Amino acid sequence: MKYAYYPGCSLEVSSAAYDVSVRAVAELLMIELEELDDWNCCGATEYFSQDELTACSVIARNLALVEPRLDQLIAPCAACYLNLKKTDRLMAEDAAMGARVNECLAAGGLSYQPGRVRVRHLLDVIHDDVGESAVRDKVVRPLAGLRVAPYYGCQVVRPAAEADCSEYPMKMDALFTWLGAEVVHYPVKAHCCGGHMTQLSEPMAFELIRRLLQSAVEYEADLILCMCPMCQLNMDAYQSRVNGFFQTSFRVPVVFFTQVCGLALGLEPTRLGFGKEIVPAMPVLEARLGAAPAASSR
Amino acid sequence: MAERLGIYVCHCGSNIAGTVDVEEVARWAGTTIRDVVVSRDYKFMCSSLGQQMIEDDIGQQKLSRVVVAACSPHLHEKTFRRACANAELNPYLCQMVNLREHCSWVSTDKVAATAKAKALVYAAAERVKWQEPLEPMPVKVNPNTLVVGGGIAGIQATLELADAGYHVYLVERSPSIGGHMAQFDKTFPTLDCSACILTPKMSEVGQHENVTLLTYSELEEVSGSVGSFKVKIRKKARYVDEAACTGCGICTEKCPRRVIDHDFEAGLGYRKAIYTPFPQAVPRIPVIDVASCIWFDRGKCRACEKLCPTNAIALDQEDKIIELEVGNVILATGWQLFDSRKLPQFGYGRLPNVFTNMEFERLCNAAGPTSGKIVLRDGKTEPESVAILHCVGSRDVNHHEYCSAVCCMAALKFGHLVLEKTKAQVYSFYIDMRPNQKGYEEFYQRLLEEGMHFVRGKVAEVTDATRQPAERGKLIVQVEDTLLGRQRRIPVDMVVLMGAMEPQPDAKEFGLKCGISCSMAGWYTERHPKLDPVATMTDGIFIAGVCQGPKDIPASVVQGAAAAARVQGMIAKGTVMIEPIVASIDEKACSGCRICNNLCPFSAIEFDGEKKVSRVITALCKGCGTCVAACPAGVITGAHFNNRQILAEIGGALWDASPVLEDARAGADEPADEEAESALSAR
Repeated sequence: MKYAYYPGCSLEVSSAAYDVSVRAVAELLMIELEELDDWNCCGATEYFSQDELTACSVIARNLALVEPRLDQLIAPCAACYLNLKKTDRLMAEDAAMGARVNECLAAGGLSYQPGRVRVRHLLDVIHDDVGESAVRDKVVRPLAGLRVAPYYGCQVVRPAAEADCSEYPMKMDALFTWLGAEVVHYPVKAHCCGGHMTQLSEPMAFELIRRLLQSAVEYEADLILCMCPMCQLNMDAYQSRVNGFFQTSFRVPVVFFTQVCGLALGLEPTRLGFGKEIVPAMPVLEARLGAAPAASSR
Repeated sequence: MAERLGIYVCHCGSNIAGTVDVEEVARWAGTTIRDVVVSRDYKFMCSSLGQQMIEDDIGQQKLSRVVVAACSPHLHEKTFRRACANAELNPYLCQMVNLREHCSWVSTDKVAATAKAKALVYAAAERVKWQEPLEPMPVKVNPNTLVVGGGIAGIQATLELADAGYHVYLVERSPSIGGHMAQFDKTFPTLDCSACILTPKMSEVGQHENVTLLTYSELEEVSGSVGSFKVKIRKKARYVDEAACTGCGICTEKCPRRVIDHDFEAGLGYRKAIYTPFPQAVPRIPVIDVASCIWFDRGKCRACEKLCPTNAIALDQEDKIIELEVGNVILATGWQLFDSRKLPQFGYGRLPNVFTNMEFERLCNAAGPTSGKIVLRDGKTEPESVAILHCVGSRDVNHHEYCSAVCCMAALKFGHLVLEKTKAQVYSFYIDMRPNQKGYEEFYQRLLEEGMHFVRGKVAEVTDATRQPAERGKLIVQVEDTLLGRQRRIPVDMVVLMGAMEPQPDAKEFGLKCGISCSMAGWYTERHPKLDPVATMTDGIFIAGVCQGPKDIPASVVQGAAAAARVQGMIAKGTVMIEPIVASIDEKACSGCRICNNLCPFSAIEFDGEKKVSRVITALCKGCGTCVAACPAGVITGAHFNNRQILAEIGGALWDASPVLEDARAGADEPADEEAESALSAR
């Protein structure tokens, strides 16, 4: 299975752990990733709030860069995923907009036919395309005893996004059950992580983050699994600020789902970007799963 | 001799005249179409004055053919055919044009609509010239009736007919009649006990000399037509000899296999592998559920057989096909409950103390699994607060757009029962409160006084994610209170989801068997939504109860009785006239290839072995035209739809409207046609 790959800017620096673990896990699951040559910004949340045509044109350039022999594109970052998907849909639904975007693309010698590329999230690809039996076959180190809280955030579960159920997503829950983990009931799995609120109103953002951490503690999760760089950053990097603000003592590791998935597939923690998170995850992982077996490690 | 045509174009008030220039259509038809003797427009052609006009013209102008351009023939074909018959013109020489549904109601452009109307009128005028006088065929009405579905609507229909002295076959899919109403505790708004008012009717059905009750049976096939249907019914193996069983219940008592009862008890109670669904079941003859019986699973046990005092257990029983002849069929096939798991944000199936409305009915029911105690899923704790969510799966574009009609009142009833039986606070989360029948608004006022809390807003989520220590262990209902204009979180112990009524999963397929269709939502389509709500487009097939659309018990009973009254009318009349629109085979030209024999969906073609020709059995033919199209020699003719009539109609419809459109759009005055004008005024 071959897919075009769009890492996005977060995966280059702040979420480098996501990028390395995505690539490592994909390789083991026979998901062949071909990184787009010369990809550019996905527009984040800012472009669309300024000007739709500019946003669509900038984003559609990435879709136009997908080689003709490929028809699916994986974007692990939830924001990139949503923006790429949304642009494709807007161009398809509004033919006039599609034509204007293509005029803009033509300036760079490119063009994009809406609907040609199907934008996917990696979770959805592992769940639907790789599937249960293939995933179970690859498990080297079952995550027995590890209690994980699957957190989906808001962007991958928007109604038009199609990656999972928009009201109560379950694909990450299923995946970690296949990997042998104990998936805890995590009712806030699609609630808000605060997004950019940290820049506008800290009390508001901290309260939203607190709710997510609180629920994980209540259901005795060892760690929270994320599929979006923004969510991971908010819950991990702001955790001590939240503690200071509310006089709480949360110490919940927050990592990317691909990192823990990689452990189950037998990869060494160092190849999965562990150690880059602020609340360290290795202590609890070692306590539950034992030290990574050096000999059999890949 | 040339035919003498009369063309009548109806305004239908402004229904047609608002979009079609009817005067112009009539004028044009009178001057353009050959053989037209009279062409008129009139405000309401269906009025007695309109009909009289046609009758007078037939007499005075010696019309030989009539075209009425008005509404759908479903509404008024009979009217105009009768007018023709009154004036001694064969009614099959009258053709209707549907200018309303097919033209004015679906157009906004008056010029284009007028051009289309002309083409439609032209088509009918060309066709009607080739139509032949036909005589409808009388068919004797078999006085026996088939009622399908033993819920309250079917029970009512059955009893009305049986009490009037006519025989009824009542077919019910499950082991007992009673339907959903048998599961309920109280009925709104009077709060009388559902079983107390239903079970007398059930036992009356069971004992009635004019009723043959076929439970655990399904309708497999319907053939024939109004007055003389032939039906096949599959009587599923009960594994109990109905004649020998006394209903003593020893088999059920001694059966060692207990399983969760997902049907009658909505998953909250148990039943045995051999069971009657509930104590007042009619008939009181148990069935063996093969899927849970130890004997059918492992070939051991037979406890019921050993212990039955009348040797009524028949483990080698097989399904039986019963063939019946009936004159009319009433479908009262009911509904099923929406699967609330499709709305995962409300947590049904995930959060234990979220219940469906049907589960809650069983909880409240004194004969239910908790003997009527309202308790949480643990079976003992009484809730301190209960949330009732309206419109679960209904009034929701993602699921069912329709209003499920009964849930507001059922929610009020639940609220009353909670307040009566517990000390709990009750919250109703509604979009709009719709208590709109007799005594319903008063019941709503009563609940307001009793202290039920009403929050206007669609619930976003039911969650166990707590924010404050006080919320721990509670279910939190997150809702936008649209009257206060703010978000609210209301912690409760129990949530009841008012799931929508939805069509039976096999409603569409079942309707096809009987030759009737479903609405987009899946409810059976009535002949007319206002004026003929229990008849269908297929004569002799009637519908009653929720299979026609969501409704409560009183409305279901009304429809059951109405359908029965319609059937009684048919029986009292004794014969029905059926359309003479059937196929006929020119026996001299038939080569006896028999291709048509197997193609006929109604088995209406027989083969004469001696003469080696095929022949249509007129009484069985429905005039579908399959054989007409299939005959390789072209020697089968469909009456009223022969090739010459259809080709003439197509020729008329292909009348070229483009010059007219271009002229009108260019704003050019139509060239005065003096000759035509004078011809018109001369008439």
